[in-house]
Amino acid sequence: MGEKRIVYMDHSATTYTKKEVLEAMIPYYSEHFGNPSSIYRIAGDSKKAIDTARVQVAKALGSDPDEIYFTSGGSESDNWAIKGIAFANRKKGNHIITSAIEHHAVLHTCEYLEKEGFTVTYLPVDKYGIVDPADLEKAITEKTILISVMFANNEIGTIEPIAELGAVARNHKVYFHTDAVQVIGNVQVDVKAQNIDMLSLSAHKFYGPKGIGALYIKKGVKIDNLIHGGGQERKRRAGTENIAGIVGLGKAIELATADIDGHNRRIRGLRDRLLQGILARIPGTYLNGHREKRLPGNINISFEFIEGESILLWLDDEGICASTGSACTSGSLEPSHVLLATGLPVEISHGSLRLTLGDINTEEDVDFVLEVLPKVVSRLRDMSPLYRKNGKEGGCNVQ
Amino acid sequence: MYSDKVMDHFKNPRNVGEIENPDGIGEVGNPVCGDIMKIFLKIENNIITDAKFKTFGCGAAIASSSMATELVKGKTLEEAWEVSNKAVAEALEGLPPIKMHCSVLAEEGIHNAINDYRKKHGLELWVEKNPHAHDHSEDLCCDR
Repeated sequence: MGEKRIVYMDHSATTYTKKEVLEAMIPYYSEHFGNPSSIYRIAGDSKKAIDTARVQVAKALGSDPDEIYFTSGGSESDNWAIKGIAFANRKKGNHIITSAIEHHAVLHTCEYLEKEGFTVTYLPVDKYGIVDPADLEKAITEKTILISVMFANNEIGTIEPIAELGAVARNHKVYFHTDAVQVIGNVQVDVKAQNIDMLSLSAHKFYGPKGIGALYIKKGVKIDNLIHGGGQERKRRAGTENIAGIVGLGKAIELATADIDGHNRRIRGLRDRLLQGILARIPGTYLNGHREKRLPGNINISFEFIEGESILLWLDDEGICASTGSACTSGSLEPSHVLLATGLPVEISHGSLRLTLGDINTEEDVDFVLEVLPKVVSRLRDMSPLYRKNGKEGGCNVQ
Repeated sequence: MYSDKVMDHFKNPRNVGEIENPDGIGEVGNPVCGDIMKIFLKIENNIITDAKFKTFGCGAAIASSSMATELVKGKTLEEAWEVSNKAVAEALEGLPPIKMHCSVLAEEGIHNAINDYRKKHGLELWVEKNPHAHDHSEDLCCDR
């Protein structure tokens, strides 16, 4: 058998590291290995590299460089923002507001804090997954110390009205954090204009390396440290810096934000052709999330009468890498909390598929998925007891 | 995540389809839980001469249905009744722990189909020796 064609459509899970990024990183594993905290000259190279990366990140976010703190990734940034604010401000109040569709790095952190005596409001979303700023306004109490709403959702791609939500938070003088892990390079970020006090990002979602991320913390925000130890990151985040990772993050964010509009036009073009093709070729198929207010590469669709994991297994067999909202593959049998929060019936949530396109994808990839996916769906429907070819028999509502 | 045997039965499922005028039908599961199995049996002289299935579910559910129908074909009803979920899982060279309920579903599907036949023939229904959580109350997926 020849080399099997691989079509990667899971860019929301992770991206490959771009060649230019990797090349920028390599010297910091070899000749420039000095510990930036050391006094001798070779350590100075490491220090300078970190400063450069900090400027690159700040430029992408519209912040000052000294408001950027490097972390190990999105999860650490989320944990730091939420726990750090909670513990530093608990005398002021113990109420946190977030949304029902957050990533587990936010949700599980909030659940942990509930055990520590904090109360958390999980804002609902509409059928597209959008948080209503009016709902946020109503949820704020005099005890509210933090609002954390994601910039865009990782499963259904919905982009939240972050500037409006941030404005509500600002009017009430409550700290506003956003998990922006999915948006770098896809949506223009401007922390000042968008009223953001803290923002989490992770390099491996925009063609940088894994294991490196950052937290933007607006000057003056009262926040505790999460990682205690040495005096790195201006005494805010201990641990010898992941210099190569930081350099990679800086290079990756510079590349990803150089031409967001151009990138979006290309990816959205591919995405829309794939989406329209799927909807036209496969009946009983529904788009989850918002038609326009969504990440350029995201498709999240539900297929009636079949289950998501079996779709993924067949796609994998054909060389197509995708994921499902029904968390079967990740060790849980629960359907996606995001799809359920949008009001999608449980039985349909089991049949969802997420395809996230990115820089690696081509028109040929779209053609290939359009050729394979209808066959996979029809093969599975043919063995589904819920499916009848001529007119559907009660759909998923049997029993 | 799955054994080669599971993948084989998932990709090349044996006995998919329906039997016209079956002697016994068993339907188990629930779309809310993400799996439904429908088992069809042809029974002649107390022997299962044919078995088919239709399944809505994950890879393990489809493979378990395929294997269970294979295991009961040619068996007497008494022998088929003894085909346990463990036997199905073992024949598949194991299932991940969170997918074991799929093999339970297959055993229950066979049992329901056998009892459907017994009911139609005015025979006493057999009772589950080791009643599984028929209502899926043990399943993670249905704890809402």
